[in-house]
Amino acid sequence: METRRKMKLGTSDKVILGIGYTVLGIFVLSILIPLVYILMASFMDPNVLNSRGISLNFKDWTLDAYRRVLENDMIWRGFFNSFFYSAAFTVISVFITLLAAYPMSKKEFVGRKFFNTIFLITMFFGGGMIPTFILINQLHMVNTIWAILLPGAFNVWNMILARTYYQSIPKELREASSIDGANEIQHFFKVMLPVCKPIIAVLALWSFVGMWNSYFDAMIYLNDAELQPLQLVLRSILVQNTPQPGMIADIQSTAEMAKVAELLKYATIVVSSLPLLIMYPFFQKYFDKGIMVGSVKG
Amino acid sequence: MNILAKKKTSPVKRTAKDKLMYVKKNWQLYLFFLMPALLLTIIFKYLPMGGVLIAFEDYNVIDGILGSEWVGLEYFKRFLSSPDFMEYLMNTLKLSAFGLLWGFPIPIILALLLNRIRREGIRKKIQLLIYAPNFISVIVLCGMVRMFLSPVGPINSLLGIDTNWMTMPSAFRTIYIASGIWQTAGWSSIMYTAALANASKDLEEAAIVDGANIFQQIRYVELPAIKNIIVIQFILQAGNIMSIGFEKAFALQTDMNLPASEILSTYVYRMGLLNGDYGYSTAVGLFNAIINVILLIAVNWVVKKLNDGVYKEEERNGNKKKNETRNI
Repeated sequence: METRRKMKLGTSDKVILGIGYTVLGIFVLSILIPLVYILMASFMDPNVLNSRGISLNFKDWTLDAYRRVLENDMIWRGFFNSFFYSAAFTVISVFITLLAAYPMSKKEFVGRKFFNTIFLITMFFGGGMIPTFILINQLHMVNTIWAILLPGAFNVWNMILARTYYQSIPKELREASSIDGANEIQHFFKVMLPVCKPIIAVLALWSFVGMWNSYFDAMIYLNDAELQPLQLVLRSILVQNTPQPGMIADIQSTAEMAKVAELLKYATIVVSSLPLLIMYPFFQKYFDKGIMVGSVKG
Repeated sequence: MNILAKKKTSPVKRTAKDKLMYVKKNWQLYLFFLMPALLLTIIFKYLPMGGVLIAFEDYNVIDGILGSEWVGLEYFKRFLSSPDFMEYLMNTLKLSAFGLLWGFPIPIILALLLNRIRREGIRKKIQLLIYAPNFISVIVLCGMVRMFLSPVGPINSLLGIDTNWMTMPSAFRTIYIASGIWQTAGWSSIMYTAALANASKDLEEAAIVDGANIFQQIRYVELPAIKNIIVIQFILQAGNIMSIGFEKAFALQTDMNLPASEILSTYVYRMGLLNGDYGYSTAVGLFNAIINVILLIAVNWVVKKLNDGVYKEEERNGNKKKNETRNI
């Protein structure tokens, strides 16, 4: 790398690099500007935002939108529900997936091919939306959290990743523990899980983020307002354009209401997205690792 | 990487008695480890597969799946002869094909550019930023798009017009694809960045000493390092062209842009869950799933051929480098 810096670049190379960096710069700005815009807009006075757009004058700034959003019960309940669903889903899903991957990682496991085929088929073909919906209905799982936790809890792709990871662990560990008299269950919990922390972290993060950001299952299975996760609350505010009634109840004029409702969207986006955006850099290395595990042959 | 094309190594032949002994001795592996996943798979994946029978019958709740009146291929005839269906099928194909066409090269270009930034600190900061949109939820992304493009939104006021983009069918695909690139291009570049970082630095330096210009370096050093990933990614994404997701298309739909934004999965939702036409919508879903399987099998066949080709080429050249990149 040192040589590179010392090398003199030809003129055409300089031009190409210049163009390349410009393209990269434009891409970076295209990501940065909308995010910064939303952050700043969320602090604006609704009238200023409506007439002049973003203002850098601190007199035009207000925390009013945040007060309205954070005083709203639905947002808090959504947060709480989403957190609960995502945490529960992560625990169930990762546990079941790790368990299933263990026998599947053993070359001598009788029935390995058969079970593998059974699992793989589900990656490529499924009954589809309507038969699944009818089934969940018949199981009386509508309006219960099981409808969104169980159907996707076992993830075949994650199982393949975990299986690949297990196979990279020396077999001698199992031989050693069996000499000590440990059965498979004891071996799994006492020996395997502690050495598999990296893959567990990857699967847990993917499961959590996936559940946190999804809305389809909740939309069709959870009709009860009490049970709705954050994404559905956001959907009614951001996509269906209906702010939660409590948020703007105190405003009299319709025109004023529309302005505030627009402003509330910005604050809602910030409040709902900030937790993940702040957290993700801390978990970045695990995500990187996950990509690596995934790119090794499955 | 590729699951189906994997060559299966057959274990040493065991007799049925050996196998029975193994199962008896290792019952924990079956009852404790495998059972939960197997039960979930059978209940939530295989039972619905049986449920596709309602695509061939006049389903009603009281008679159930097994008791409802059989209508054969009537639903298939109905949607195959309906102009609406053809439009939605084309919408689905266009949306994912153009999405692939525009979206696929960008992560590669990003990775090549990032690889040229030698200042570690700057590169890390850029990466942190361009990965971030991946963590924004579909709903928030679509909410942002709707706000920015609304008649009174910032993009219109910047251009000094008041077009209502979200109601224009002609704008839908561009909105969908551009916002998709905005959200995922950075994140998708990770794989290429990782492969490039693992590529041989010696080769690169040798190329520079030999006076290779940037295009030659890319052509002879960098592209070979990521060639395999590019091919596999392209094929996998091409195989998924019919399974484009429901969530984003649905969140970007308005009544006005439906001519372009209605795709098969949203159509199934509308016909089935909103209109209660279970049989018809299951038939549409089944049709979609079958095309998908055919595509995947075809794609998998191509992968197999290509893989064999790669191995032969490697043998010929005695080239170990590709294996190194594969074992990151």
